[in-house]
Amino acid sequence: MLLGLETTTRHASVAIAGDTGLLASARTGRHGRHGEFVAPAIDFCRREAGIDLDALTGVAVSLGPGLFTGMRVGIATAQALAHARGLPVVGLASLDLVAFAARHTRRSICAVIDARRGEVAWARYQPAPGGVQRRTELALGPPERLAGELEADREEVLCVGDGALAHREVLSATRAAIADEAAAYPSAESLLALARPRFARHETQRPEELAPIYLRRPDAKIGWQERGALHGGHGGAPAVQEGAP
Amino acid sequence: MLTLGIETSCDETAVAIVADGVTVRSNVIGSQIERHRPYGGVVPEVAARAHLELLVPTIDRALVEAGATYDDLDAVAVASGPGLVGALLVGVSAAKGIALAHDRDLIGVNHLEGHVCAAQLELGRLPRPLVALVVSGGHTALLLLDAQGRMRELGATIDDAAGEAYDKIARFLGLGYPGGPEIDRLSLSGDAEAIAFPRAMLDEGGFDFSLSGLKTAVVRELRRREAAGREVPVADVAASFQEAIVDVQVAKTLAAAEAHDVGDVLVVGGVAANSRLRERMRQACEATDRRLLLPSPALCTDNGAMIAAAGANRLADGQRSELGLSADAGLALDGLVLPDLPEAWR
Repeated sequence: MLLGLETTTRHASVAIAGDTGLLASARTGRHGRHGEFVAPAIDFCRREAGIDLDALTGVAVSLGPGLFTGMRVGIATAQALAHARGLPVVGLASLDLVAFAARHTRRSICAVIDARRGEVAWARYQPAPGGVQRRTELALGPPERLAGELEADREEVLCVGDGALAHREVLSATRAAIADEAAAYPSAESLLALARPRFARHETQRPEELAPIYLRRPDAKIGWQERGALHGGHGGAPAVQEGAP
Repeated sequence: MLTLGIETSCDETAVAIVADGVTVRSNVIGSQIERHRPYGGVVPEVAARAHLELLVPTIDRALVEAGATYDDLDAVAVASGPGLVGALLVGVSAAKGIALAHDRDLIGVNHLEGHVCAAQLELGRLPRPLVALVVSGGHTALLLLDAQGRMRELGATIDDAAGEAYDKIARFLGLGYPGGPEIDRLSLSGDAEAIAFPRAMLDEGGFDFSLSGLKTAVVRELRRREAAGREVPVADVAASFQEAIVDVQVAKTLAAAEAHDVGDVLVVGGVAANSRLRERMRQACEATDRRLLLPSPALCTDNGAMIAAAGANRLADGQRSELGLSADAGLALDGLVLPDLPEAWR
């Protein structure tokens, strides 16, 4: 029995699946409320599935990229729950989940998630038997850069994800097709479908080993710039724009 | 009753296990100081990331040091505000994960209520009424716990928290981070009366604080003296700056105790470790025949034990939080009633 948590975009979802497939799921589209949503949703799914949480054998969680606060809500919940029950975990990239849901296309797939501040996170995939295969690293940048990349190769591409919708105009200027909102958000159902074989092969981690995929260094601006200005202070500030994570 | 307490409101990842609301079984702090040192202050996104990285290992250590397992826990208490929302959410989410995993009670606690309850871990039942000065990197507040257990914020900083002001001036002087201990140490060799910095809002009668004017005065005074080619001993600046802060803190706290006819004064928060504040507050309380309560430093700074203690009080009073508990950066204290410590735990 597996629990899956996906909270990396404006939508969040929770699902429980058994050996025969999905038993229960819950989803919200209310952005900014993921912290309130997840735990009650787990409880709802547990009741709907008719199980106690001691029946779980693993916890899967989406690691991002996406919205930092949402990512941390999902990962902190998954880590604590799994640690408290002594369960193995599997963490997957949100972009993989978005691409997986679009696997029935004949085009090649570009999963694009909104990373805010005018940037998107993306990765390229090829449909493969039973799913998709990622063939690039996860990237972060302005949508224009992605558009340039899509323009450069002559493939038929399907862009899918909330980042593709947010920057539809830039991306549809290329030959790429844009998938509609129904497929725009990563889901806990896709997460469990992809995580299940990993649990079966014991390709799991311990909860404390899970690490979010930020792709961006933390903002480290501090308003007070007058450091060390007197008496042999260090004067020049260390990098205040981009700090070590 | 064993309560797990989780505190992630600012820059300490702290977890503790407390028995019957008063006995500390473990109190572990995963410090983030090194991560914030390059910036000379707490960076919210850096703090949130560090909490996520440190929390499970810190919980694990708290369990090991207490000789307990998850099964032994009766409840999970967590600071749900006020604080940095991204930081709070990590603790609140983890607390819910544990509560769900073992079907245990969850209780959200106000961080400031936690600071006040830290005192019961050493003193047992808190005296009421009580005036509390909470001074830390994130807070400067004067609180009243009245005879009926109602909490009220009498005043708070309208700009910087005390610890923040220490950090900023330390950075300006080229000292290390965190600034409080650096300035405290340097002040021992300085003249506190060398420079008469302003005592903000001291004459205005209210219980609010302001530190931005003092900060500006320090910068302006030093620039002026340097321009005039006059030597400015850093130790004198540090001591004079600290004295100005402490003067206001002591005067306002005593005025609050006077105004509300309160005989017990509690000082908590990271800045409560400041040696000059402790000394001056002790003198002032002695002179006015009041009792000063000063928990040991490990219980003054942000810690999980204070959250567990506050949570235990509420749980014993029959209170519980829903799984939908929010992290609230601006969680209000006013109107909160602090349940008395149950007879059985005194």
